[in-house]
Amino acid sequence: MAIEVRVPTILRSYTGGAKTVEGAGETLTALIDDLDAKHKGLKGRLITPEGGLHRFVNIYVNDEDVRFLGALDAKLSDGDSITILPAVAGGALGFAAAAALLGRPSKHLAAAVSTKG
Amino acid sequence: MSAATPGSPHSHGNVNSVLTIDSAIVDAIVAHARRDHPDEACGVVAGPIGSDLPTRLIPMDNAARSMTFYEFDSMEQLRVWREMDDNDEEPVVIYHSHTATEAYPSRTDISFAGEPGAHYVLVSTRESDSEEIRSFRIVDGVVTEEEINIVDATVDA
Repeated sequence: MAIEVRVPTILRSYTGGAKTVEGAGETLTALIDDLDAKHKGLKGRLITPEGGLHRFVNIYVNDEDVRFLGALDAKLSDGDSITILPAVAGGALGFAAAAALLGRPSKHLAAAVSTKG
Repeated sequence: MSAATPGSPHSHGNVNSVLTIDSAIVDAIVAHARRDHPDEACGVVAGPIGSDLPTRLIPMDNAARSMTFYEFDSMEQLRVWREMDDNDEEPVVIYHSHTATEAYPSRTDISFAGEPGAHYVLVSTRESDSEEIRSFRIVDGVVTEEEINIVDATVDA
């Protein structure tokens, strides 16, 4: 089962500079484990020590954000195309507060932030 | 404005210690920041890969719609990043505004900075009659301020 994975610049140090790598797995978790076996250390940039999807990256299956597809449990099929992008975020807000708001779908983030004023 | 200084041997690829950018693009970034004030505004300026020249302004939604935080909408980002790929472009500038503080990267900005090749441009709109606009490289958590060389007509009209 071959799944194409597009790797952003900031993570290409793990893939020997390759923009695209191939992996296999029936779920995103399995795919990331497979990728980590070939590109040591990649997993740590995608998954937190607590086992959640890292807030610094967005991962897409074909045209959908995996956060809307069950995150790490997202089911994958042969021929799927995975895109990893660095999440673009920041702002004057303190890091702890910002971090607490991230790692959840943007649609929920907007509501969460607006209640904080 | 001063000319670009030669990149050090340790610089990354085409990275220079100066951002050269068209005045029309700077004006549009400032106008976007003013329009969204007091919320933070954010966006990208794409340019041909390897050129280090920002040519195509893409204002992005701040999915957080917040005065102290910005986040690209993940689906809009995918669309824009693919479009850049198709055009052989890359994000030369990633900009956002601070609406009550100085135009200097916050710890949050530094933690999230995920495009080592990009110029991170910050605009402060805290003063109503003047803007502070500054540019930085943020690589591996290290912030380096650079000059902004504002020029006319690097973009074809």
